[in-house]
Amino acid sequence: MKLNGAEILIDCLQKEGVEHIFGYPGGATLHIYDALEAQEEIIHVLVRHEQGAAHAADGYARTNGKPGVVLVTSGPGITNAVTGIATANMDSIPMVVISGQVPSPLIGNDAFQEVDAVGITRSCVKHNFLIKDISEVAITVKKAFHIATTGRPGPVVIDIPKDVTINQMELEEYPETVKMRSYKPTTKASNRQIKKASELIANSQRPILYSGGGSVIGNASKELREFTRLLGFPITQTLMGLGAYPGTDELSIGMLGMHGTYEANMAMHDSDCVVAIGARFDDRITGNLAKFCPSAKFIHIDIDPSQISKNVVADIPIVGQTKQVLQALIEELKDEKLEDISKWWSQINTWREVDSLAYKKKPGVIKPQTVIEILYEVTKGEAIVTSDVGQHQMWAAQYYLFDEPRRWINSGGLGTMGFGLPAAMGAKIAMPDKDVVCVTGEGSIQMMLQELSTMLQYKTPVKIVNLNNRYLGMVRQWQEFFYEKRYAMSYMDALPDFVKLAESYGHVGILVEKEADLKPALIESLKQKDRTVFVDIITDPNENVFPMIPAGGAHCDMLLAGRDDMVSKDETDFNAV
Amino acid sequence: MRHIISVVLENETGALSRVSGLFSQRGFNIESLTVAQTNDPSLSRMTIVSTGDDRVLEQIVKQLNKLIEVVKVSDLTSQDHIERDLMLVKISPTKKDNFDLKQLVDVFSCKIVDVTDSTYTIEISGKTKKINAFLDAFDPTSILEVSRTGVTGISRGKKLI
Ligand SMILES: Cc1ncc(C[n+]2csc(CCOP(=O)(O)OP(=O)(O)O)c2C)c(N)n1
Ligand SMILES: [Mg+2]
Repeated sequence: MKLNGAEILIDCLQKEGVEHIFGYPGGATLHIYDALEAQEEIIHVLVRHEQGAAHAADGYARTNGKPGVVLVTSGPGITNAVTGIATANMDSIPMVVISGQVPSPLIGNDAFQEVDAVGITRSCVKHNFLIKDISEVAITVKKAFHIATTGRPGPVVIDIPKDVTINQMELEEYPETVKMRSYKPTTKASNRQIKKASELIANSQRPILYSGGGSVIGNASKELREFTRLLGFPITQTLMGLGAYPGTDELSIGMLGMHGTYEANMAMHDSDCVVAIGARFDDRITGNLAKFCPSAKFIHIDIDPSQISKNVVADIPIVGQTKQVLQALIEELKDEKLEDISKWWSQINTWREVDSLAYKKKPGVIKPQTVIEILYEVTKGEAIVTSDVGQHQMWAAQYYLFDEPRRWINSGGLGTMGFGLPAAMGAKIAMPDKDVVCVTGEGSIQMMLQELSTMLQYKTPVKIVNLNNRYLGMVRQWQEFFYEKRYAMSYMDALPDFVKLAESYGHVGILVEKEADLKPALIESLKQKDRTVFVDIITDPNENVFPMIPAGGAHCDMLLAGRDDMVSKDETDFNAV
Repeated sequence: MRHIISVVLENETGALSRVSGLFSQRGFNIESLTVAQTNDPSLSRMTIVSTGDDRVLEQIVKQLNKLIEVVKVSDLTSQDHIERDLMLVKISPTKKDNFDLKQLVDVFSCKIVDVTDSTYTIEISGKTKKINAFLDAFDPTSILEVSRTGVTGISRGKKLI
């Protein structure tokens, strides 16, 4: 049977088990859309902006672990998707993006809606392909999914010229597996390294486990729990790692880094043995590298060798999957006698007593922290929470304690405002039975508002919790601290009436101006199971995120709430932003 | 520290720009880069000369290995190796060059490959230092045009990449 390239492509996607595609059509993808329309296995979600498609596919992938699939047209279609692709790339999210391209003979001619998709996306993908001939369609799709989902996952772009989708050939068997001589990700760690690491762990007196996104993406949550409990070590998690280890557990000492807890950052600073598990020593984690963990030895577990000794030299590097490495370490340490670390724990507990997440309520204003605490309470901590970028993101990470992986969905690496709403839509499609909440700010939400329309069409009821402080709050906070309160362009004037806006999109809108109305409003929004509800909450415009390590500071240089006097202007390094 | 890095990669369009893009994206410097097909037409071999300390080199090697099309990466400078740079240079000797060109060519064991009434074109190959020394022998104004391949290299003995 002869099929055209578009039909072959769709056939391949079906065989890859793709159930949802997020996309937007255009001239170069018309044949592909024609082939999609002729089948029923794959559901296509028609977004309102290609960036929304990429974020939705990303949210989908983060929630259920399956690769997200995106379909966009040439030119503006793919350029619009770039922010979403870069977002997925920074957070190692498996994604396959199919972009239409102008017909092969026109490539390089500045044809209508032509951009060099492979060139533009090269530096923000794991890999990309330009298909030159219909005979390459099946093998390219196979390779794309293989690359996107194995090793350290990431987005892969397949650029398909229109003529390739039109030409015909006999349908061939879809390859079951693919072997590439140039791509063989390591999976199993070396035994020698496991032994060395176990020895260091067993002899450490002030150990700390520092777990990141690799524990979530690597599905190592079960092993991480077993490992942590076996050792009885304190564990801190990065913004990307939250939930792999339960946030409510006693051994958990909270998030670390720029807005991490006092106990987590102090413990990092004083530790003699840091075990990094699927984490990459990002600058938001380490603060000033020269002052980072001055007395620690580092064990660094990562699937990607290039992450090891990139920022911090590892004493014991272990390349491998977090899940497999943790299993091996558990096996090795099971019957090992460990040092008594009760002194270390009592030190940590005195840091805990500082209660660095405490905040003062003010009569007449709603504190953003309170919103997250109540949200946590009314969702029993079980919702999938997506977030945008800014202060609200940090408060959500600090006050919503995630007990399971893949419940906290946020753009950690790229910090993309606009991510939250489409990601929530993708998450809801991946897990229709779960409550999905998007915690956002009035700035971020306006970057992807148009997806409210998609959410009505595809009936993806999510709850939008808008921490409306009338400011680009995170920008305002930095200006308050480091620019002598010169609030350049951080005030948001002329905001829309979000309630009416939600209603005009066919959703429910609730305005909350008093703390007393907060809990009932959130309960009400959750009751409306099949409706998207936009809860616009007027919060304290002047609240800041604490604790905070100012740029250039060490983990022990934290600024705590209510101690604004600690901010000294000259110790901040403006270049370190 | 100067490093010579050999990279074997799939002979596919775009592979070269992936490598050069990697160097500019991550702020690694390139002193020279040469590339051509190998005896296996499906593979290319690239030789890159870069500078940086051991940690930079480690990152370069790891990041190169991470590129999907890269099959093998090896730091030639860490092993016994042979390196060659080839130069074609067009010279018009001035009065300041008061030596016998033929003799100089013998000393450097290179070749005059083209002559006109006012110019000589010379082909020379060897280590970068030797080529630089050859150029240094001339008055700068006599050197009209230089075209160099950049370093290519291979390990000594039976060892393969
Ligand atoms: C696309 C994009 N542009 C700019 C920024 C820089 N930025 C980081 S946080 C922030 C303010 C976000 O404001 P809002 O969504 O209202 O959240 P808030 O901080 O007030 O909670 C800005 C502008 C960004 N992260 N992403
Ligand atoms: Mg705001």
